[in-house]
Amino acid sequence: MSEPLLKVENLKQHFRISRSYTVKAVNGVSFEIYPGETYGLVGESGSGKTTIGRSIIRLYNPTEGKIIFDGMDITGKLEGKTRETLRENMQMIFQDPMASLNPRKKVSDIIGEGLDIHHRYKSREDRAEQISAMLRKVGLSPEHASRYPHQFSGGQRQRVGIARALIMNPKLIIADECISALDVSIQAQVVNLMKDIQEETSCAYLFIAHDLSMVKYISDRIGVLHLGYLVEAGTKEEIFSNPVHPYTKSLLSAIPHPNPEVEKRRKSIAYDHASSGIDYAKGTEHNVGGTHTVLATDEEFDKWVNLR
Amino acid sequence: MSETPKKILDIKNLDISFKTNAGIVHAIRGVSLDLCKGETVAVVGESGSGKSVTMKAAMGLLDSNAIINSGEILYTYTDKDGNEVTTDLLKMSRKELRRDINGQRIAMVFQDPMTSLDPTMTIGKQIMEGMFLHKHMEKEAARKRAIELLDLVGIPEAEKRFKNYPHQLSGGMRQRVVIAIALSADPDILICDEPTTALDVTIQARILELIMDIQKKMKLSVIYITHDLGVVAKVADYVNVMYAGKIVEVGNVNEIFYEPKHPYTWGLLSSMPDLDTDDERLYSIPGSPPNLLHEPKGDAFAARNQFAMAIDEKEEPPMFQVSRTHFAATWLLHPDAPKVEMPVELKTRIERAQKEVAKYL
Repeated sequence: MSEPLLKVENLKQHFRISRSYTVKAVNGVSFEIYPGETYGLVGESGSGKTTIGRSIIRLYNPTEGKIIFDGMDITGKLEGKTRETLRENMQMIFQDPMASLNPRKKVSDIIGEGLDIHHRYKSREDRAEQISAMLRKVGLSPEHASRYPHQFSGGQRQRVGIARALIMNPKLIIADECISALDVSIQAQVVNLMKDIQEETSCAYLFIAHDLSMVKYISDRIGVLHLGYLVEAGTKEEIFSNPVHPYTKSLLSAIPHPNPEVEKRRKSIAYDHASSGIDYAKGTEHNVGGTHTVLATDEEFDKWVNLR
Repeated sequence: MSETPKKILDIKNLDISFKTNAGIVHAIRGVSLDLCKGETVAVVGESGSGKSVTMKAAMGLLDSNAIINSGEILYTYTDKDGNEVTTDLLKMSRKELRRDINGQRIAMVFQDPMTSLDPTMTIGKQIMEGMFLHKHMEKEAARKRAIELLDLVGIPEAEKRFKNYPHQLSGGMRQRVVIAIALSADPDILICDEPTTALDVTIQARILELIMDIQKKMKLSVIYITHDLGVVAKVADYVNVMYAGKIVEVGNVNEIFYEPKHPYTWGLLSSMPDLDTDDERLYSIPGSPPNLLHEPKGDAFAARNQFAMAIDEKEEPPMFQVSRTHFAATWLLHPDAPKVEMPVELKTRIERAQKEVAKYL
């Protein structure tokens, strides 16, 4: 196997609210992303998935742990050079396409901002050329360049967000719930677009979402996050055909099937962490087989594996 | 209950426009739907298809720039003397609706529990508000009833929670409180406008099961407004598929999911991610919904429809009857139309779904 593009080791992200109260959003999460693959991070709200994305792109300063991107350590204080390569090679697509685009800027300036900052063009014509090529790539037309964000529909706006991330030709794109705000039929369009782009540019995605069914479509490997712990990780086949952790099971069973006769008879599996007696802090990583790992104590592991 | 269910809400040919700076937007273009006692009806469609506006019209919550061009919304109920009364909700004034209908007979659960609760009031007070207003209850009785309701919607330690403020509760708990408020005056009809869109999948499943449970206990009629077909499959008896201000297909839930006839319904069903296949690409309906600022000519869906025929550009299709309960507005059902089958992928998916059903029987 080739070198991982991104290596997250024992990442901890704590937020100190007051002298006596610290929110422990992420508690020792480790995973790797290889070039050109998609890693899906799922979990409910408050599980720390967005925090992880933001720590990786260094919007936060990680409390503990190491993040290695393309062979560089990007934790701690960033050197000028490291910072520049990081900003060029890692980009983010945000959840709400309405809130993440500056309403007072034209689409061409939103997309071209990265080019401006990093001086990635020779002449004005070259800049315009790059922007229209990018617009075509995301399924918009070059005439759209002189419009403002409010003149677009939600799906189109998210395409602008994708174009903005892609123009730097990044190696890793962090997509934070980038389709949750869109309609079902538009979600499919955006996910397909992201897949096409990956084929063309072989960039890697960190796809953060709470909707497991979409994650299954786009991801190669999946990590399930709960309360700041990575409770289960593996390839999508491993997670979907053989979930081990009770939380993963409840997540999978909560996905509604478009099949009324089945859906009316099925009850979802509930998982109540408080009463389950599982203490994530005590668990260690256990290998289920292949790359499939689960966070558990030895007893829990035996119990869950024998259960199936 | 062996008798045939009674119609409780009957929307007939509703037609609504909005006056905006850009011009007149014809948002609802002749919508008819009905709801029988104890049943669950789902209205499905993309954002902007007019599903919320239809229900807001029934509640008298339309914005002031709305113009009701035609139609009636007939609501049948038993008044306090035990007589059956049918009124047209569109003919009532806002004041009358407020006094007699809203909350008391037709209650609504909104999408975002964060914005539909008052942050400065304890949840107990918010639940009792409706009881004082509509039922003129004594304080002690209302308090008792409020705690019962909190119990009913599955909030543990209801007595303690009674004094909490909304910000002290999680998103799922807040939505439970909203449901408790909606139920506080014993309504006949509960309208749920995207009740779980703002919630996590695990909590979504629990809230839906809760509403179904309460519906059985209180014999409620429920209308769901949603864009999530998975939710529809779980809860609905009848489904109305809406597109560009019109209902394009209506049927019972099995007809819509196992024998859909309208190309838009095919598209919606196909674009749902399927957990059982490893397709590389997800089907997506090309293009985006039409702008209703300009009156669509012919079938509004024609531009996005790969099966569109010449007549689709000229004339709007009427509702064709497929079975006793199943109707669809597409020219493909006209006897002279060429025979068009649903896409193969969808067909195999439905066949697989039906096989799966056999396992549960």
